[in-house]
Amino acid sequence: MTTPITSGAGSTVEQTIARRRSAGGGALIGYLPVGFPTLNDSIDAAVALVANGVDVIELGLPYSDPVMDGPVIQAATQQALANGFKLRHGFEAIRAITAQVDAPVLVMTYWNPVVQYGVERFADDLRAAGGAGLITPDLIPDEADDWMAASVRADLDRVFLAAPSSSDARLVQAIEASRGFVYTVSTMGTTGARAGVDAAARILVERLRAVGCTSACVGLGISTPEQVREILGYADGAIVGSALVKALTDGGIPAVGRLARELAVGARDIRPAA
Amino acid sequence: MSLRTQPGPYFGDFGGRFVPESLVAALDELTAEYELARNDPAFAAALTKLHVNYSGRPSIITEVPRFAEYAGGARIILKREDLNHTGSHKINNALGQALLTQRIGKTRVIAETGAGQHGVATATVAALFGLECVVYMGEVDTERQALNVARMRLLGAEVVPVKTGSRTLKDAINDAMRDWVSNVETTNYIFGTVAGPHPFPAMVRDFQKIIGEEARKQVLDLTGSLPDAVTACVGGGSNAMGIFDAFLDDPDVALFGYEAAGDGVETPRHAATITKGRPGVLHGARSMLLQDEDGQTVDSHSISAGLDYPGVGPEHAWLASIGRATYLPITDDEAMSALRLLSRTEGIIPAIESSHALAGTLELGRALGPEATILVNLSGRGDKDMETAGRYFDLLDEGAEQS
Repeated sequence: MTTPITSGAGSTVEQTIARRRSAGGGALIGYLPVGFPTLNDSIDAAVALVANGVDVIELGLPYSDPVMDGPVIQAATQQALANGFKLRHGFEAIRAITAQVDAPVLVMTYWNPVVQYGVERFADDLRAAGGAGLITPDLIPDEADDWMAASVRADLDRVFLAAPSSSDARLVQAIEASRGFVYTVSTMGTTGARAGVDAAARILVERLRAVGCTSACVGLGISTPEQVREILGYADGAIVGSALVKALTDGGIPAVGRLARELAVGARDIRPAA
Repeated sequence: MSLRTQPGPYFGDFGGRFVPESLVAALDELTAEYELARNDPAFAAALTKLHVNYSGRPSIITEVPRFAEYAGGARIILKREDLNHTGSHKINNALGQALLTQRIGKTRVIAETGAGQHGVATATVAALFGLECVVYMGEVDTERQALNVARMRLLGAEVVPVKTGSRTLKDAINDAMRDWVSNVETTNYIFGTVAGPHPFPAMVRDFQKIIGEEARKQVLDLTGSLPDAVTACVGGGSNAMGIFDAFLDDPDVALFGYEAAGDGVETPRHAATITKGRPGVLHGARSMLLQDEDGQTVDSHSISAGLDYPGVGPEHAWLASIGRATYLPITDDEAMSALRLLSRTEGIIPAIESSHALAGTLELGRALGPEATILVNLSGRGDKDMETAGRYFDLLDEGAEQS
C-alpha cells in the first residue's frame, strides 16, 4: 500500500472521488479547454458541466503542440489560440468557475507553458485562483522534480498518467508521485471518442489496484453514459473530453449541459452505497 | 573530460524525456536495444556493409579553390554527404535505425520530414528492409518539396500531408508522435534529427558521427593538419552533430553552426533557434526554442524546409551554452547567393540547407584569412531545390510546364 504525499488541507479531488465511490457510483470528470469558443463561453460551459452533475472539472490550457490530443480537441484549442488565448485567461477562468461552483478544478496543461511561466509562480497563481492542481500529459514523474516540490509546497494535486504499456515499477512510481488520482489511459492512443473502450483499461486498473492505487480515473475515448457506467464498475472515476468539446462545438452550452446530464446518470447508483 | 559521444539523456541542462507516459516503454525498449546493438560487433559490421555497398561510404572530400577565392582565400574543403545514395547525410541515420528496427522485430516505421530528405531516406531503407512506411510531412512542405513526395511514394511509402498548426516540420513531428502513441506495438519511429526525447539525440548523433570521423582523417591526409574550423548548417542539427562530434576534443578546431535567419533575425520570420530562442520543452526534450512569453511555440520561417524548425537538438544547446560551438544566423538571401556561387565556381549544386553553411563559411574565411583551412559539411545536394531556386533566380522560362 502506497501512501500519497500530502500536505495542508489535502486533495479535494481525492475527497470528491471517494465520496462518489462510497455513495455507490464514481466520479465523472469533464474536460473543456479554456477560451473555446470564447473565454466567457468556456467559463459558462464549465459551470454548466457542474450544474448537470460533473464532479471534477478538467480545464485544458490551449497549447501549440498538443501531442496527446486527437482532432476534436486540437481543433478547439487551435481556435482558442487563434482567438488570442493567454495563460492569464486560464487563471481568470479558474477564478470565475470556482466563484460559481464548488467542484474542484484541475488544470490540464502541457509542460512548456508552466516552465515559461515559472513552475513556482504557476503553482502559487494556480492556488490563488482556486485551482486544485495539474494534469500533465507530457511530464513523467522522472522529469518532475520541480513540480513535485512546488505542488507539495502549494498543496496542489499532481495527476500523472499510467498507460497500458507502463511497467509495474512505473505504475508504482505514478501512484507515489500522484495526488488526486492516477490518470489511467484507457488505450494506446490520443484523445477522441471511440466506439468501444478497450479491455486494456480494466486490466490496467486491476494492475494499479494490485500495487496499491486507491484513486484511478480512466480517460481517453469515453463518450457515452454506457461507457461511463461500465468503467465506474471497476474504476474510481471516468474522464470525458472530446465528446463534451464536440457537443459544445455543435450545440453550444445547452448541448454540453445535456450531454453532461446524461453522462452523470451513468455515473450514479452502480452498486449499493458503502 | 571528453566532450565526445555524450550518452544522454542529459546534455548539461538540456535533453531529457518530456513525453506522454504511453511512449516511455517504447523509448526504454529502444534505449536498451540500441545499447546492445552499439556494443555488438555484428551490428556494426552489418551497418558498415550497408555504408560501403549501398549508400556509398566513405563519402569523399573535395577542395574548392575557385569558391574559396570568395572566402578571403582560406582553404575550403567540402565533406561530400551530397554524394550519398538519396542525396544527403540522412541515409546514415536511416540505415542505422532500420537495422535497429529489424533487431527489435517491428514491421512498420514512421518518420517526420521537412525538406523530404529524411522522409526519402526512411522510405528508401523501408523498401530495402521490406518495412511498411508512413511519412508525416507538413502540407506547406509537401507543396514546396513536391519532388521528394513523389520519390517517397515511388519507393512505396505512404506520405501524409499534415494540415494542423503551421503545417511544417514541427507539426509533422506532432502527428508522427500521435501515430507512435497509437501504434507503438508494431511501429518504430525513425526520428530524423538529433532532437526529440532520449535516446534519439545521442543515437542519431552516433549514426551520423561517421561524417566527422571520416572527414577528420581525410583532412589530415590531405593537409597534414586539422582544419581551423568546421562548419555546418543547423536545423534540428543532425548533420552538424555528425561532423562536429569527431572534433569536440580538438580544442584548436573551432566549430560553427549556421542557423536559418530567413528574412533576418531582426524580423519575426526566421528559424534561428539558438540565436534568438530561449530554453524550453518541445518534442520531448529541453532545449533552445522559439516561443512566445506563454511558452507557445512560434512558427519558424526559412526558404529551406529542412531548417524550418523552431527547436534544435539539446546537444547543440549544450555546446552553445559551454561555448564549445558558435551558432550564427544566415538569411535566405545569403544562403541562395552561396548556392549559386558554389554552382558556378565548382559545378556542385548544394541543397539550400547546406548553402547556409557555405554562406557562413564565406564570411568565416574572410575573417580567418588565407592561412586558414575550413571543413564544410555539404550535407545534401540541391536537385530537390530546383523549383525553389528556379523561382528565386527567375531561371524558368515563362509558361513552361514545371510540374
